[in-house]
Amino acid sequence: MTLAEILTSLFPDGHEVGVADGLVAGHGPFDGKSLAVIGIDGNTPLGIEGACTLAGHVLAVVRAGGDTPILVVVDSDSQRMSRRDELLGLNEYLAHLAKALLLADASGHPTVGLVYGHTAAGAFIATALATRVLAALPGAHPSVMDLPSVARVTKLPLDKLEAMAKTTSVFAPGLDNMVKAGAVHAVLDPETPLGPQIAALIAGIAPDDVRDTLGRDRAGRPQAHAIAARVMREAHGG
Amino acid sequence: MEKLNFRHSTTQALPGTRRQAIVGVVASGNLEVLLERSLPPDEFTVEIDTAIDGFGDVWEAVVADFVDRRQPGGLRITINDGGARPDTVALRLAQGARLMEAM
Amino acid sequence: MALKPVTFSADPGDQSWYEASARARLAGLLDAESFQEFIGPEQRMMSPHLPLFDLPRAFDDGMIVGRGRLDGQAVLAAAQEGRFMGGAFGEIHGAKLVGLLRAALAEAPAALLILFDTGGVRLQEANAGETAIAEVMRAIAQVRAAGIPVIGLIGGRAGCYGGGGLIAGTCSRLVVSESGRISVSGPEVIETNKGAEEFDSRDRALVWRTMGGKHRRLLGGADAFVGDTIGAFRDAALTQIAKAPAFDLATLEAEQARLEARLARFGDCHDATEVWGRLGVNDPDAVPGMTTEAFDALLARLPEAPHDAR
Repeated sequence: MTLAEILTSLFPDGHEVGVADGLVAGHGPFDGKSLAVIGIDGNTPLGIEGACTLAGHVLAVVRAGGDTPILVVVDSDSQRMSRRDELLGLNEYLAHLAKALLLADASGHPTVGLVYGHTAAGAFIATALATRVLAALPGAHPSVMDLPSVARVTKLPLDKLEAMAKTTSVFAPGLDNMVKAGAVHAVLDPETPLGPQIAALIAGIAPDDVRDTLGRDRAGRPQAHAIAARVMREAHGG
Repeated sequence: MEKLNFRHSTTQALPGTRRQAIVGVVASGNLEVLLERSLPPDEFTVEIDTAIDGFGDVWEAVVADFVDRRQPGGLRITINDGGARPDTVALRLAQGARLMEAM
Repeated sequence: MALKPVTFSADPGDQSWYEASARARLAGLLDAESFQEFIGPEQRMMSPHLPLFDLPRAFDDGMIVGRGRLDGQAVLAAAQEGRFMGGAFGEIHGAKLVGLLRAALAEAPAALLILFDTGGVRLQEANAGETAIAEVMRAIAQVRAAGIPVIGLIGGRAGCYGGGGLIAGTCSRLVVSESGRISVSGPEVIETNKGAEEFDSRDRALVWRTMGGKHRRLLGGADAFVGDTIGAFRDAALTQIAKAPAFDLATLEAEQARLEARLARFGDCHDATEVWGRLGVNDPDAVPGMTTEAFDALLARLPEAPHDAR
């Protein structure tokens, strides 16, 4: 689905969501109240200005009070890779955006991510992965790094990696593998209206971070939950 | 990757009371050695997981030399090896044994 | 320049942070003999994934977590071993930190310390590592919201890159040394993707002044700059615990203002020396060669920017 199709499906009565320089911001009527929307469109890399702008929108929602949910729509590149972004502290800007989303969620604004295109690496962490519940649409392609880049960094042959990727979900790019890891909670149905599907996700939000239990149940992260639980036990015991 | 196992009988137990120690880091040309005082005092075992295949005889010689020098009875040693040279292996084994003897 | 005499000392506080292993850093940072590890190496909880890639594993998966005391105060601490797989986040490595943060909510320590030394996500376990980083950031927000300071200490061989840089930006306070590089994309990654004209990763001076500890401290990306000893990190960690900001709207709005002001003031700078010049440093070219003492004196002379909102 394109962003326009998503917005039409979400807000059949119209909306005030716009896109400027690949950054999405606005709101629309939703479930009897308002839904705030931020995000990245058009496979745009996320740099310092973009992260700062989006964080500003999120903090404005928190400042306004109430319980307006925030939808984070994502079709991005990775973080913008440049000397200038790093010089000026890209890690702080991306972390600030993630913190704004985490604060919003903790302040009563349910945060829902929706990946409908690409996203990768730091841009993924700062946006979609910083929401409470993350959904995706079929055809989305979240990843950490594409296989040719993985091949360069790990010095493994690309054909070997491609063969391994078919059976080993823990490192392979793509939506199915992110679902197995528990990073993506649910894949939505593009054929039915998105509004009720998003509303159901918000209504079913768990109080705790359930991603490691999802990863265990879906066999994409077999041990993470057990390890975290064991650390907590040992910290409480001895 | 290759797995190697060696077992020796020793005439003495390694002195000291420390139950466990770890030395080194798994990195290229380096290794980590986990020492546990968990065997009968006249037994000694080493389990090795090494990144470099085909050096079993070198490992055997380094371990045998360590047993001769230290008489590490009672120790179970487990090694994760990132491709360390024999002198580095001998150094780490000696460091580990010293730690186990210290307290 | 006078050569500094080499000092030999058995005091762990005098040892180089950069050269020390993660275990040695913890031993020297915390009160003597106070560290108790959770999921110690004898439990052999190693990566289930590295054997698929024919790679050696480590007993602790490169992440050591536990409790200890810092000047008598109960703390939780996590340390990454930068020499094992570049300190990168894999499934178990990440889950141990997630578990430690969740434990903090129940145990209410005086602080939680993270000794970063990481290249980011371990690509052989990329999806597990990436997701763990997101879990860590969510857990840090919760721990901070519960009033527990999360202090990051950065000065290791691997620096603090990728998702590690984002986690660092989520901490209450950061202590860096000169070699404490903090960034998202590393120099090699930028060069590989954008070319050597964009970033020449072999130009070590460029790497240091773009991502290194002095620049981060001057810019406001870190709260304390220390010399490369375990004792200096210990002293700074103690000082910073008391200064940790709350995790609330006021802090994040102040950070928003701080980051917007940075864009407005330095957005057209091409090199760190331009940034330093605008900050009021008289001789920016001299900064990389400054001793810790000279750098401290420089910081004391500069009009202090509001650095503390993070």
